[in-house]
Amino acid sequence: MSRVKLLSLQILVGVVLLAVWWIGSNVKIFGVLLLPPFFFSTPEAVFARVVRMFATGMIWKHLAVTLIETALAFAIGAIGGIVFGFWFARKPTVAAVFDPYLKMINALPRVVLAPIFMLWLGLGIWSKVALGVTLVFFIVFFNVYQGVKEVSPVVLANARLMGMNERQLFRHVYWPSALSWMFSSLHTSVGFALVGAVVGEYLGSSAGLGYLIHQAEGVFDIAGVFAGMLVLAAFVLVIDWAVTAIEDRLLVWRPRNSLNDA
Amino acid sequence: MDSLGAPRPTRDVAASAIRLDGVRIAFRLEGGATYEAVADTSIEVAENEFVAIVGPTGCGKSTLLNAVAGLLKPVAGRVDVLGRPLAGLCREAGYLFQQDAVMPWKTALDNVALGLEVAGRSRSEARDEARAWLGRVGLARFTDRYPHQLSGGQRKRVGLAQVLIRHPKILLMDEPFGPLDAQTRQIMGNLLLDLWAADRKAVLFVTHDLEEAIALSDRVLIMSAGPTARIIGDHRIDLARPRDAADIRLDPRFHELHRTIWGQLKAEVIKTYGGEDA
Repeated sequence: MSRVKLLSLQILVGVVLLAVWWIGSNVKIFGVLLLPPFFFSTPEAVFARVVRMFATGMIWKHLAVTLIETALAFAIGAIGGIVFGFWFARKPTVAAVFDPYLKMINALPRVVLAPIFMLWLGLGIWSKVALGVTLVFFIVFFNVYQGVKEVSPVVLANARLMGMNERQLFRHVYWPSALSWMFSSLHTSVGFALVGAVVGEYLGSSAGLGYLIHQAEGVFDIAGVFAGMLVLAAFVLVIDWAVTAIEDRLLVWRPRNSLNDA
Repeated sequence: MDSLGAPRPTRDVAASAIRLDGVRIAFRLEGGATYEAVADTSIEVAENEFVAIVGPTGCGKSTLLNAVAGLLKPVAGRVDVLGRPLAGLCREAGYLFQQDAVMPWKTALDNVALGLEVAGRSRSEARDEARAWLGRVGLARFTDRYPHQLSGGQRKRVGLAQVLIRHPKILLMDEPFGPLDAQTRQIMGNLLLDLWAADRKAVLFVTHDLEEAIALSDRVLIMSAGPTARIIGDHRIDLARPRDAADIRLDPRFHELHRTIWGQLKAEVIKTYGGEDA
């Protein structure tokens, strides 16, 4: 499919969805609105709200808070995941001892931790960061662990025979392998950092996109809820795009699954 | 055929580069049973000598090579490398693996330079030398490619340069050209012979391809079918050097040698497959 055709089809889907929404919320069919504005708002009201958010500049503060929480959650969770992933992969005894506890914590739905974090860390950004960290940590941890474990034995033997010591093995073999696994899960882990931040804000905070949406919900301001969701979705797309750019840069050595890739 | 016990010709070889004496290699299987892969094997490779080991698939040739490299420890017997008993990994050896062993996350240049960097040479120096080696193996234009962007034969060349740049005293090769097509194998064979002729390291070359073994080496050892594989034949290849790995196959002496050795090898190959049928 050509680029132009694909793009026009993608736009078409968006237009159709908007049209259905607009008709449902504006045109009475057999005397009833299929999508009553009280529950579904209207496209024009939501767009007007988004425009106002940016025109008054009030959104920037909330975006900044959510972005900082996401970034911190990702950074701390990733560093922890890398350290523990390496440690456990290189020390099987440690891994065996902690295995049931890790599984237990990982099995826990993280939302139940949110109130505890708020109790411990207050309503500021750190309780949101902590929630994001618990999500990011496990994704990075399991991937790094796998990355170290899955190093090809032949590559490893080759490296050893080359005379590498432990430090050099780490730098030239384990680290790149673990990083490649970690980066292949980058989209997921960054996404979860954001989920942690937004859910945390939603449950109790004074700023951020989750807070905005929660506030709007509290007063049945459906246009406000949808506007917040729209901004959130756009925000996620921008982050995702940035992650893809980083990934392409760092994983340039990886084969792409395409036949015409030379 | 040289008999096993015949005295070695006294060339200018002072010491043996590789010496296996009564080596036995066994693995513990799941369930506690042991599988004896290699039984009581003695091999000697002189300095400057190119020795090939040929045997049916699965006979333990690679296992034997791994023992010389120090990647696994024999249950009995001794391994001497350059006159000293082997302890741990064999640092003097360059090992060319059957599978791809280059780091997929490094470019051809960085892969080749790695061996020198690890030894403590500066990065720029290592890269300069690596560039020269990539030129020698015919990859001057591919220095910045990642392994997945190279063909199988090109990856082998990178592997060869990666091994040779360290100037190992002995070379261990485990069916290095096995996965390549017939033409590429001959080209790689010639490349190997050219590079080897420059400083004539001791080479232990494992293959299942008898023609390749005869074309390249000074001596061909025949290994019996496993388990408890052992060396059952030792044939001197008296073909003149320098050789062309492709043209030498037309030489009448080549055919004579091939007929003699194949007669012995064939029985082992049949044993391997016969064993599977039974």
